[in-house]
Amino acid sequence: MTGVSPSVGALTAEFGSAILRTVVSCGDSIVYVTRERAHDILAWLKNTPGQEFDYLTDITAVDYRDPERPLEVVYQLRSLGRKADLRVKIALDGSAPLEVDSVYDLWKGADWLEREVYDMFGVSFVGHPDLRRILMWETYGEGYPLRKDFPLRGHFSRAEQVRQALAANPEAQYSLEELSLAQAMHDLPADMTERLRRGERGLVP
Amino acid sequence: MVVTPPAGGVELSAVSPNWVTTRLDFLSNWARSNSLWPMPFGTACCAIEFMATAASRFDLARFGMERLSYSPRQADVLICAGRLPFKLAPVIRRIWDQMPQPKWSISMGACASSGGIFDNYAMVQGIDTIIPVDVYVPGCPPRPEGLVYGIMLLQKKIKGESFTDSDLRQEHLVDDAGMFLPPERVDELSEPFGNSIHQTRSG
Repeated sequence: MTGVSPSVGALTAEFGSAILRTVVSCGDSIVYVTRERAHDILAWLKNTPGQEFDYLTDITAVDYRDPERPLEVVYQLRSLGRKADLRVKIALDGSAPLEVDSVYDLWKGADWLEREVYDMFGVSFVGHPDLRRILMWETYGEGYPLRKDFPLRGHFSRAEQVRQALAANPEAQYSLEELSLAQAMHDLPADMTERLRRGERGLVP
Repeated sequence: MVVTPPAGGVELSAVSPNWVTTRLDFLSNWARSNSLWPMPFGTACCAIEFMATAASRFDLARFGMERLSYSPRQADVLICAGRLPFKLAPVIRRIWDQMPQPKWSISMGACASSGGIFDNYAMVQGIDTIIPVDVYVPGCPPRPEGLVYGIMLLQKKIKGESFTDSDLRQEHLVDDAGMFLPPERVDELSEPFGNSIHQTRSG
């Protein structure tokens, strides 16, 4: 499994200058693509016969603490039929807003993966149907914890963190669908039903 | 035991200890300390040790605790077994509020007691900033013997209680959010210690 993936040559032939550079690291092929064409390239990789990257293993991001390249968004693709892997990276520009196109329309599994990257790194995925924080609570106001400029213990004092955490309403973190309560709505106490209906989530920063 | 003050009479918590109250204390404390129903709040590996404590080899039933109460309404002692992230802080606070008096709590393990190795943005630095704690059990995780020892300490503590103590188990919240400690006290309790003081990278 060493050497450049055959998908890399096919990508370069198809997309030309949208493929910025390719690297082989530890036997894995890594393709850097432009932010503008990333969605087209990923769609092509998924749908083209001979590529068929039908499984999105992971989406994550890396912060290099480098003003030249603040963040890289990483897509780890897998073709279950061909037993082949490919890593696609988008280097984001520090001057532009951190935005990439959502691939939720290609792989439904991107839903929570993109929410996690948004939660931890603050990358906005344009076209995502429900881009909310997923690990931290929605009213979390300290920023994006996995960025390198985020202090280990958070921005706020411990007292402020405790105060905000205690002020949160644990019932309001989830929608009725997430709680699978939609059918049980009429069995709930009236005050809880009312709070859930109003979506008492607090101030989302 | 429910002690209701007679209408127009004196509250029992206001009388000074005498032979009658100490005998009543003895009786109620004996009953309470030997029938503690635990509410397990297991979030991490300490919960595995807690399960071992409840299982046959260490046998919590010896302490009248075989009935684990998964409803806070029927529980006497909250055992927080594991680390507590800030996201769970309002949850444990609500469970604590739902438990009827008399109630006690055990903070099991280093993370629940002090944040342990998780001195980071997501973790409560000791559940005593969220709820009052009666017994801290050190360890990472504590052996079942450690938890059993903590339970025995709690029993000892209960046997020393008196309902003539008017301040017993009184929680005075300091703000609307539900904090029961003043902010500067929370900051003081959450100060880094041990190896954590060296974790000063990125502020």
